[in-house]
Amino acid sequence: MTRPMVDSHRRFLQTMMSNGIIDGSQAEALHKHCCEAAGVNYSQDRLDEFIEVINIHLQPMFMHIRKGMSEDDGLQYYALVNLAETDVTRMSSDYADNELELFRKIMDLVAESENGTASSTDILNCGDALLSKKLKKKETEQVLNKFVQNKWLTEKHGEYSLSTRCIMEMEQYMRTLYQDLIKNCHVCDIIAFQCQMCENPDCGIRMHLPCVARYFRGRSDPHCPACNEFWPHEIPEIHRPLASQSQPSSAKENTAPRSTPSTSQTRRSSRRL
Amino acid sequence: MSQRKRLSASQNKAPSRSQAAVESDDEDDVTFTQLTSTQVQRARESFTPVQIDRKVAEVVQFVLIKDQRKVPIRRADIAKHVIKEYKAMYQDIMKRVCRTFEQVFGLKLVEIDSKSHVYILTNKLESLPEEPVSMVPTSPKYGLLFTILSVIFMKGGVVKEALVWNFMKKLRVDPGERHDLFGDVKKLVTDEFVRQKYLEIARIPHTDPVEFEFRWGVRAEKEVSKKKLLEIVGELFDQDPHSWTQQYREAAAAEASQR
Repeated sequence: MTRPMVDSHRRFLQTMMSNGIIDGSQAEALHKHCCEAAGVNYSQDRLDEFIEVINIHLQPMFMHIRKGMSEDDGLQYYALVNLAETDVTRMSSDYADNELELFRKIMDLVAESENGTASSTDILNCGDALLSKKLKKKETEQVLNKFVQNKWLTEKHGEYSLSTRCIMEMEQYMRTLYQDLIKNCHVCDIIAFQCQMCENPDCGIRMHLPCVARYFRGRSDPHCPACNEFWPHEIPEIHRPLASQSQPSSAKENTAPRSTPSTSQTRRSSRRL
Repeated sequence: MSQRKRLSASQNKAPSRSQAAVESDDEDDVTFTQLTSTQVQRARESFTPVQIDRKVAEVVQFVLIKDQRKVPIRRADIAKHVIKEYKAMYQDIMKRVCRTFEQVFGLKLVEIDSKSHVYILTNKLESLPEEPVSMVPTSPKYGLLFTILSVIFMKGGVVKEALVWNFMKKLRVDPGERHDLFGDVKKLVTDEFVRQKYLEIARIPHTDPVEFEFRWGVRAEKEVSKKKLLEIVGELFDQDPHSWTQQYREAAAAEASQR
């Protein structure tokens, strides 16, 4: 017995399609908004149930709204992911062959790294060694910017990492591709890229930075939760979730310009002005 | 000869000769309008429900991808790139695709050109103020488009090209110069917006030098609420929307026909 979708679900889905990914508090506000707009009953604690109804109907289309965690702030996010092909070919309509090859190389670098990042220097060198068509330094920089703008990568101090949305979409693909190189976080059991690693070679567990911060909070003498070896890394500051994550509501009818990057194939660009 | 007979017997009109000559893809289009009911019946028996489900999903994804760039979708392209050997099942598959768009996504696949079979996706849900997360990730481009549509509507539905450029200059968007946000403004307005069916541009007959005029395109007619537009213009001018009698009447009529 499947519950039918009504306009509240459709509005939620359309918003997911145009944004690709939203954070947990945005999802809550959106849930409320969609129920009120459609004049249906709203209960705060039913968000996951609400999304499940959408997911059941999305399943035949090989699409899914998935819940995930950001490796930067440890917050929860919801992303609309495409299960049809779990390959980077998903990005293909937006990128040229050599750009896709570069992206695969970046994924290689990230998967092989200890902390889930790839330096811009290493990436620039990759651009020079592409088989499909070499990229000049300048071109590689432009492509990198495009990846960041389209929310596939994030950049901090010249270090690139996979965005939350990228990880949520590509998780299965990367597990198949990199197998043992991919490990889950010891604390939250979610796939971990940007993380700290236990330096005991027999242990080597990984923990997300926000998970490390939470786990070792208030401990002056941190030890590995698995092997009890001393934890030699600097403990990051705990992220304080902002009181309100939602964007300021836009002017009536969205006539005010706002720039939001958009790529994912299933995302919809401007609709109804 | 026999071919022509079958063509005229089918419900679908074949593309006119001139179009077929220009767009060779339409050859595909011709072949699947020729199918007889026995062929369709045979096809229904030869594909499994799972295969058909898969095709429906592929068409839905294909249309969503095309719609991202606001490119109108041609039936011939759906047939050539997705339907392929399922051609006999085209009508069945498209019926389910339309149902999926309406029931799951709240969107409607609308045929905007019944001669060459071109479709666009329009939204069945009304855009609302104060969305916590925007349903429309607006590119600044669409702010510009909205302004142009407003000018055309307030001027009675059709305006000369020069008027639009002059109006934009007042907003410090010079169509002759490269704009930081819009790039080549002239190209955006006369090419991209026209291709996306937001605007229509036509030559004014008997003009020398040649002059052009703008109208609303089919997509704008389907997607943009004239009533809302009038309300916004009213707010800008601090004037009651009713005071524009003709525009108000047209907006009300458009609203009524969309219900």
